[in-house]
Amino acid sequence: MHDIVIIGGGVVGAAVAYELSHYDLHVALLEKEEELSFGVSKANSGIIHPGTQNPPGSLRGRLCVEGNRLIRQLSEPLGLDFQQVGELIVAFDEEETSRLWQLKQEAQADGVPGLEVVSRGWLRDNEPNLNRDAVAALLAPSAGIISPYRFVYALSESAALNGVDINTLTKVEGISARPDAGFAVGTSIGEFGTRFVVNCAGLYADDVASMVAPPQFRIQPRKGEEYILDKKRRYLTRHLLFPIPTPESKGILVTRTSDGNPMIGPTAYDVEGKEDLSTTDEGLGMVLRVAQRLVPAIDKRDIIAYFAGLRPSAGEDFFIQHDSRVPGFVNVAGIQSPGLTAAPAIGRYVVGLLQEAGLMAGKKYGQRPMNGRSFHLFSMPIQEAEKLVEQDAESGDIVCRCETVSLREIKDAIAAGARTLDGVKFRTRAGAGRCHGSFCTCRVMEVLSEETGRTITDISKRGPGSEMVVEDRADG
Amino acid sequence: MDERELVIIGGGPAGMAAALSAREHGVRDVLLLERDRHLGGILNQCVHAGFGLVQFKEALTGPEYASRFIQSVRGTPDIEVRLGCFVADLKPGKVFTCLSHGNVSTIRARALIMATGCRERTREMIQIPGTRPAGVFSAGLAQKMINIEGLMPGREFVVIGSGDIGLIMARRLSLEGAHVKAVVEIQPHPVGLKRNVVQCLDDFAIPLYLSHRVLFIHGKDRVEAVDVAQVDESGSEIADTRFSLACDTVLVSVGLIPENELIEMAGVEVDRHTNEPVSSDLNYTSVHGLFVCGNAYRVYDIVDSVTRDSFLAGLQAADYLAECGGTE
Repeated sequence: MHDIVIIGGGVVGAAVAYELSHYDLHVALLEKEEELSFGVSKANSGIIHPGTQNPPGSLRGRLCVEGNRLIRQLSEPLGLDFQQVGELIVAFDEEETSRLWQLKQEAQADGVPGLEVVSRGWLRDNEPNLNRDAVAALLAPSAGIISPYRFVYALSESAALNGVDINTLTKVEGISARPDAGFAVGTSIGEFGTRFVVNCAGLYADDVASMVAPPQFRIQPRKGEEYILDKKRRYLTRHLLFPIPTPESKGILVTRTSDGNPMIGPTAYDVEGKEDLSTTDEGLGMVLRVAQRLVPAIDKRDIIAYFAGLRPSAGEDFFIQHDSRVPGFVNVAGIQSPGLTAAPAIGRYVVGLLQEAGLMAGKKYGQRPMNGRSFHLFSMPIQEAEKLVEQDAESGDIVCRCETVSLREIKDAIAAGARTLDGVKFRTRAGAGRCHGSFCTCRVMEVLSEETGRTITDISKRGPGSEMVVEDRADG
Repeated sequence: MDERELVIIGGGPAGMAAALSAREHGVRDVLLLERDRHLGGILNQCVHAGFGLVQFKEALTGPEYASRFIQSVRGTPDIEVRLGCFVADLKPGKVFTCLSHGNVSTIRARALIMATGCRERTREMIQIPGTRPAGVFSAGLAQKMINIEGLMPGREFVVIGSGDIGLIMARRLSLEGAHVKAVVEIQPHPVGLKRNVVQCLDDFAIPLYLSHRVLFIHGKDRVEAVDVAQVDESGSEIADTRFSLACDTVLVSVGLIPENELIEMAGVEVDRHTNEPVSSDLNYTSVHGLFVCGNAYRVYDIVDSVTRDSFLAGLQAADYLAECGGTE
């Protein structure tokens, strides 16, 4: 019998698990995919928002500002790759400039620190590749970037280290409220009995909620296409660059991944299916138009990768509520942007809701710390790499040449839970560079097979159904 | 920091020819670095015949062609070969860092020949819309899976691009019992050699769709189908020509790009469009004593020409070293 079952292993589920791992409780997290962060959390801009673009007085505005603050506190103990780079919302004429002052006022009311409207001269000095037609910008220095999946893995690995039971390939099939109290959660691997359920099922949150009561919200998937540029062009921008939102741009921006690749996007349009992750010619055209207006030097030829993600929107604001019709059931739904930023604050907020709903929990005496942060050769000075290779010879065996990823990093990723090529890629960047895995895929498959004991034909891109090869003809 | 006379980065056909030639022309100290566990480069996975018609007047397989050079390199004293050695950066002054099992070293070369080859253009570079399922491979990766690893990447294939690698893979897959449903080429004519169109497609009754483009890749976890349509001279879709081909694998063979990221790091001029070094004369770059040869210099049709021009690079490096009083 568990105290709490969390449904969904994206950043929200992982943040709730992390928060609950500080208490003396039996907690299980259930994820339908083979690894965590394989849903909404893998496909977004990776931005830690300062809180400048939320409806005044909204829950998401409050949790965004709070989350931005908490991520700084978590950075050291969890080894996060958070980088504070600051954001600029760029105005191209007088009318847009007056809009900046309005945005500044609204954001200040939400508690966003350090806001400043900067001039054309400042922009020339500090953002040299920005379109020279820009006349002013709102600078929010607390904005930053992070690797979204590595953020999820840091939260979930710390939670697991502190007793949370993490179950992947575990799909929730039905939930029944027990007559006395609590729930029976039926899954593809068996039943979980629990006193409380936290529904963090992202795109499927309405489906999960409807298993216990008629849902109070509906998830509308809204697609965002993103395009990643070669790391060679990392000098293109220093800050995150946003246009003033217009019907055409809808918040398409120029950012940089935490690994240094410029990234442009996302589009925003509602789609029917919850699994429609296709990119389109129209999306690419629109993203390029808006991005090139901000930074004219952006070139289509520099695109090395692209993807689409779906925002699980449930109206304007987040929907985070205890469902009093079904005592013990908490919905955490509609977590679209700025959900990544808000996640740690959502974790705390949810614990508060659970306590109001009757959860009695005492804090543990101490957290087990993470076993040092994972390393990435591509982001370290050569002197440090030298030390590493001295300590461990396999740190010098380079498997992925575009991103300089060593055999040791790949084995570490597998030890930390990677089971698929995408899982390895998200943790190490092997296969994420300009050759797109043409040179290293076979080697990574081989290491996955050796380290997990699976046959090579079982090695998949992202779980069952996405196996890489159909037959092994080597050595009979 | 190690000081070396001549360092050659890349142990494929270009690097081996350059090393042998430099030694022949009087360079005493030659260091050949290869990141893979074998010399020979991509030739090792090209098991089809047709290599060496110019150099050796006979039709060899890729591994046979490579092994002739490997034996010569191994038999030449004063060519030091390091395998599993990855050059991670290159700084002005021909200084670079290499990583290998248990070792990090910094080396300064008096002369440097880059023989780093090329990479394949990817689906992402030509921005084919659609989903991103398993089963979309570069033709070279599929070739490695089949010829080196003994793995079948799929059963029903559509090949995008009629370059030589795409054509050769269409035949290779057919020989392995796979069904190649189509080779789709955006140009109105085949891109690869005529003999490959005949021997790889015609002989196996594989349909070649000229002036056609793959518009969309479908499939959630694994490729399920592609949408194809005829295009006009500008590459735009012609109305009412769209059709769908069911398949589980898409091979992308849409051209090669020279690998010149290292010299770019060192400030050597590289053409933004072709990724070739900006060059006044064969194998020369904007930096004295830093040469680029083989497919890194420009993408060649046949390996015999790579060998010929890389022999020249060895001579050029020897001359450079002699002029600046390097080699005794």
